[in-house]
Amino acid sequence: MTMQIQPILAALRRHRLATLLIALEIALACAVLCNACFLIISRLQLTRVNSGVDESSLASLKLTGYDETSGVDLNARVLSGLRAIPGMQSVSVVNEVPFGEHAGTAGITLDAAGQHKGGVVEFYVGGPGSFQALGLKLISGRAPEPDDYQPITSFVPAEGSVLVTSVLARHLWPDADPLGKEFWCDKFHFRVVGVVAHLARPSGGEGGPDTIEWSVFAPAQPGKNLAGMYLLRADPAQLSRVLRDARASIAKIAPDAVVDLPSSQTIVELRSGYFQQDRAMAGMLVGVIVALLLVTALGIVGLASFWVQQRRRQIGIRRAIGATRGDILRYFQTENFLIVSFGIALGMVLAFGLNVMLMKFYELPHLPLYYLPIGALVLWALGQLAVLGPALRAAAVPPVVATRSV
Amino acid sequence: MFGYYLDLAVRSLKRNKMLTALMVIAIAVGIGASMTTLTVMHLLSGDPLPGKSAHLFYPQVDTNPTNEGSHAEPPDMMDYRSAVDLWSAQRADRQTLIVDSSIKVRVPGGKLPALMETMLSSTSDFFPMFNVPFQYGSAWTSEDDARHARVAVILADLNDKLFAGQDSVGRTLRLKESDVRVVGVLKPWRPLPQFYDVVGGRFSDGDTAGFYTKPEGVFMPFTSGLEINDGNFQQFNCWHPPERPGHLEGASCNWIGLWVDLDSAAKVADYRRFLAGYAEQQKALGRFTHADNTRLRNLMQWLDYNGVVPRDVRLQTWLAFAFLGICLFNTIGLLLAKFLRRSGEIGVRRALGASRAAVFAQCLVEAGVIGLLGGIGGWLLTLAGLSLVRRQPAVYADMAHLDASMFIVTFALAIASSLLAGLLPALRACRVAPGLQLKAL
Repeated sequence: MTMQIQPILAALRRHRLATLLIALEIALACAVLCNACFLIISRLQLTRVNSGVDESSLASLKLTGYDETSGVDLNARVLSGLRAIPGMQSVSVVNEVPFGEHAGTAGITLDAAGQHKGGVVEFYVGGPGSFQALGLKLISGRAPEPDDYQPITSFVPAEGSVLVTSVLARHLWPDADPLGKEFWCDKFHFRVVGVVAHLARPSGGEGGPDTIEWSVFAPAQPGKNLAGMYLLRADPAQLSRVLRDARASIAKIAPDAVVDLPSSQTIVELRSGYFQQDRAMAGMLVGVIVALLLVTALGIVGLASFWVQQRRRQIGIRRAIGATRGDILRYFQTENFLIVSFGIALGMVLAFGLNVMLMKFYELPHLPLYYLPIGALVLWALGQLAVLGPALRAAAVPPVVATRSV
Repeated sequence: MFGYYLDLAVRSLKRNKMLTALMVIAIAVGIGASMTTLTVMHLLSGDPLPGKSAHLFYPQVDTNPTNEGSHAEPPDMMDYRSAVDLWSAQRADRQTLIVDSSIKVRVPGGKLPALMETMLSSTSDFFPMFNVPFQYGSAWTSEDDARHARVAVILADLNDKLFAGQDSVGRTLRLKESDVRVVGVLKPWRPLPQFYDVVGGRFSDGDTAGFYTKPEGVFMPFTSGLEINDGNFQQFNCWHPPERPGHLEGASCNWIGLWVDLDSAAKVADYRRFLAGYAEQQKALGRFTHADNTRLRNLMQWLDYNGVVPRDVRLQTWLAFAFLGICLFNTIGLLLAKFLRRSGEIGVRRALGASRAAVFAQCLVEAGVIGLLGGIGGWLLTLAGLSLVRRQPAVYADMAHLDASMFIVTFALAIASSLLAGLLPALRACRVAPGLQLKAL
């Protein structure tokens, strides 16, 4: 292209203020665009957490309001009552499920004296059958055996063989084989017999996204302190019907108990409810981005139209002395490209500044560098699209205009 | 003079409808976005008890005698003994203990299935301290507190559910296995945030929407509430796991909050000394180890410390204002184009004797008219935005409405930002040299 940039720059220098304003608008748009896209992607990534369980086959049923001394009796009635529902593959007693309310959060130590802290972890306590029902994937060691299900007098068994996630194992014993290792929670003592691939804690990443899989599975005998929360497993196609039947049957099986409806849902529903806010936020950010691009485009259209009208006479003269329509079109396109490029250069610096500010207040990593060229491409395209209309109008100015006075 | 400028402004705006529309839309969209988020922010960051909040304080002592955990800040709640000790001393004008628990509620002989409700166990001072409005009956008395009376106050919502909204004073409720008499029914009451229950904000990762839930359905005297619902209490934290989960009276757990009402600086200073003295005394008794770790924050400081405004709401507000900034740059550019295009006209006016100030004022009036039009659009967009907010899943969503003050702010912000946007273009316009422009004509 033999288009000369020199005359364009000379013309822009005569409109320094307006050029600067459009460039600043583009810069600000670039900064907000890159950071908002980054926020959307990070939000959506959060919602993709691997719970480690067979979500589509599982549901939870929570009972409250029963006399807490009657837990043993309640478990027996509910287990046998619910197992009779057609399509039910298994019913087991647990203390919590992923994306539900947390019930077993506690700090652990790596020595009996409690000097060497291991962090705050989540204890999934489950009765016989729950490990298989959850569908946890064992990567080393062994699954719980019948003898591992210990009686429970507090929120966890006093002494027991447990399984940990691979993430937690790496955190606690970075360079050693976790099998056979011990840890303590106050006076309670545990020994690791197996490692599972994934198991996310119920309420997301308390203590940051890195701790979301700091979970322990502790097998225990259901009883007074492990009652009222049931894990139902059924074929995914039948699960909603099975859960509905289960909720309805409680009135007969355990008339003194109240079904806690918000906690008695399929895991898929619990998961969707858990991330509802993140999805709403991502939706809002998308709305902001669309409005932002629209306003920026309107600004470019407005100013370019004004310039075209202002320069009608000059355009006419150029056309009269031999410039083609293409030349005029390209002139405005190149001019827009230069302004937008200037804005983008400034915007990249701003984007980083905004990212640093956001990192101070929110748990966000650094803005990955590849967002910048993508943002630049989007804005260049937007600029070219916005200027096309006014530029075409400029190209349509007939040479005869040069001969008329304004 | 203003009327004349207004007339000129309207004429000028009519001349190029497209450019005018672009500017009005830009301002309207920017104002709509920022006022929607600002209204939510205003709703969530407001003072739940204006005029009263400065006198309400939340005492904290470091009850944890072990070296576990961080002792930079005392725990957000207290164990039974510390809380009851401080309350029994009656060193403030008013004081109330508070603890939440979940309880089964029925009407004996009623047809409705049992409900699970949250019950607040507190003391008689709770109601006058927090200006709680009554619809029927009244609060229980301090004698009821002392003699473990089986009485309860219920919220309007629950009264509607159980008694179809009728005056239920004197009726009986079965809470878990105990029968209690209703002595009062509250009016619909929705403090934002539900300030007296706010704890643990620093552990919530900015996800604090839960602080804006509705108040509890049932209120009972602290003493009797603890008796009838024993076994169903949740700890805030423990330094040793409780012997029997849910039974926390003798446990090494923090689970009770205390609010005190102190209406003068001297009383606050006295209470601070009392709190420090209590902690020292407990250290001497061997119960505390971090005796100097006490706090006495007032209501707004406590809300601030807990960062009650959800992180997402703050982020939305920042975003909306960045967006308004972009819309303003846009408007500045368009106004500049518009004013300078009329250089000829301005030149004539200057040559005929208009001062620079007059030209400047005329340009600003034009910018102001655009702001007013943008404000109307922005107001409509804010209403639309708030109706979108109300459809969000957040617990406070139903409360998002534009009140009178925010309505005024909408227009003030629209006109102020358009005047700001008009400043630079107006300055440029009033510096137009009359001679040059006249020659070009």
